[in-house]
Amino acid sequence: MSFQINIDGFIAIYLFMVTAFAGWVIIGRVPAILHTPLMSGSNFIHGIVVVGGIFTLLNASTPLERAIGFLAVLLGAGNVAGGFAVTQRMLAMFKPSGHVAAHHAKHGHAGKRAVPAAAKSAASKSTAAKSPSLKKG
Amino acid sequence: MLITISQLVIGSVDLLAAFFLMFGLWRMSSPVTAPSGILLAGGAMVAAVLASFLYVFTVDAAARPDLPLNVGLAVGALVLGVGVAWWSGRKVAITAMPQAVALFNGMGGGAAAAIAAVELFSMKAHGAAALTVTLLGALIGSVSLSGSVIAWAKLDEILKKPLHLPGLQIFNGAVLLLALVTGGYMVFVTTGAATTLLPMPTLIEMFFGLALLYGIMMTLPIGGADMPVVISIYNAFTGLAVGLEGFVLQNPALMIAGMLVGAAGLLLTLLMARAMNRSVGKILFASFGPGAKRKQGAIKGSLKPVQASDAGIFMRYAKSVIIVPGYGLAVSQGQGKLYDFVKLLQAAGVSVKFGIHPVAGRMPGQMDVLLAEAGVPYDLIVQMADINEEFKTADVALVIGANDVVNPEARTDKTSPLYGMPILNADQAKKCYCVKRGDGKGYAGVVNPLFYADNTFMVYGDAAAVCVAMAEAVRGLGAPAAAA
Repeated sequence: MSFQINIDGFIAIYLFMVTAFAGWVIIGRVPAILHTPLMSGSNFIHGIVVVGGIFTLLNASTPLERAIGFLAVLLGAGNVAGGFAVTQRMLAMFKPSGHVAAHHAKHGHAGKRAVPAAAKSAASKSTAAKSPSLKKG
Repeated sequence: MLITISQLVIGSVDLLAAFFLMFGLWRMSSPVTAPSGILLAGGAMVAAVLASFLYVFTVDAAARPDLPLNVGLAVGALVLGVGVAWWSGRKVAITAMPQAVALFNGMGGGAAAAIAAVELFSMKAHGAAALTVTLLGALIGSVSLSGSVIAWAKLDEILKKPLHLPGLQIFNGAVLLLALVTGGYMVFVTTGAATTLLPMPTLIEMFFGLALLYGIMMTLPIGGADMPVVISIYNAFTGLAVGLEGFVLQNPALMIAGMLVGAAGLLLTLLMARAMNRSVGKILFASFGPGAKRKQGAIKGSLKPVQASDAGIFMRYAKSVIIVPGYGLAVSQGQGKLYDFVKLLQAAGVSVKFGIHPVAGRMPGQMDVLLAEAGVPYDLIVQMADINEEFKTADVALVIGANDVVNPEARTDKTSPLYGMPILNADQAKKCYCVKRGDGKGYAGVVNPLFYADNTFMVYGDAAAVCVAMAEAVRGLGAPAAAA
């Protein structure tokens, strides 16, 4: 029994077609507010090229191949790590109203959360008004 | 046996990785689920990278003697690349995000091109189809690499002026054509349909040289304001290159992740171009210089300057305020100061929202991230399509460092270069304050009639300084005792 992967011409085109469609649908759902993290996030995802780089470097048999393979892994690793670091940092910044007052933010959908969030924001507003020294951005 | 097991493990891990990379993006549909999405995708990536070391069991016979060296180099490159990029990704300022994304994207394109180069030099790609795909990935990856580096230099203001040379587009066309011809010739030589005039390594070097040159020359003439579209295109390019090299390496995870990003980048590019009222083709290939000078009709009204403090106090007693932030706010680093002012208004019971144009900033959605960094909750940040109806009922529209995106000419004047571009309806608010450094025109070089409208008042000054002055004026009124 063999687990060798073999993707021939037409199968590849089918795979590309389905994936492109999935990508179109998935990205179409992302709200404009997250377009920058989306871009750096998709940037991170094509960083999987580092896996191809490792494969290539492991199979290198001449100094030239080894040098270019090293470059491939280096650049791919930079793509993956940098893409992840900036995306994760940006996403961590998006907070709903009143997250300072209530940090146990474990909500389901934005719609369900709307009413308590408004209440929380009102609460934080009044505390901020009473004690300006306590407020923190 | 070891071979079978390693293939099974790699196949399964990559399958899961491909799923979780897609699922991670899927969770980006809301700011609530997005952070966990990127963590899932990150975990999948780590697993795929670790599993890829199992390829040691299936390396080619030719590479077997040097395997320890190769493994050592792979670990070294991985540690070095991850270390440097992680450190710089943690450190980079949020305002510098477009540059960072451009640079990391260029690295991905370069990695794909490097993989293709090894395939070409080692003559591993058999058959015309495989070779063509390799070359195509090499071309796209190289263009993405050199183009992204130029985009990074432009965004980082190392390169300041777009390059305009007569005949540049023809030159670029010739470079691309020559690269394609070189590639085609290589395919013919390998399949034996043509004889070699130049040794193969020379052809490969020529091909990469031309591709890299094309990326540079194609990006140089593009202006700073078109950068959102450019970054997005190169992101799609890198994705495509990765997908194509994934086919060459027979790795479906690379094919899926690459093509996913290719499609994503394409969609984002089209969205951006539409929001900017420019066609993608024009941005890339039209060396748009100073276009035909248009006589703008006489503008009725006058500019009415007011003090920042007066504007601040007026908003303190308003019911609802919609803020339209533009790139000028980011330039003056005034987001935090603006939010301080907003918090004072909120404490006084004023309803405040931010109305964001899709291309505010130097990359799509950058203004949203900058506001989030300043601590603005995301439920106060409303996108153009959702807030435009609310301007009619708003007491005040505060336009701060934005110009073209609130120019009402875009709706009415068919001769305007902005005509047809979707804008924020700041002119429909009962009163409009515009914070600007001077009477300059926007990027499109068009005078904005909004500034001359009867209900518009100009607050001159640096955006950050104006925010501080407005906040001080409101604080000067004393504590808002009757809040909420």
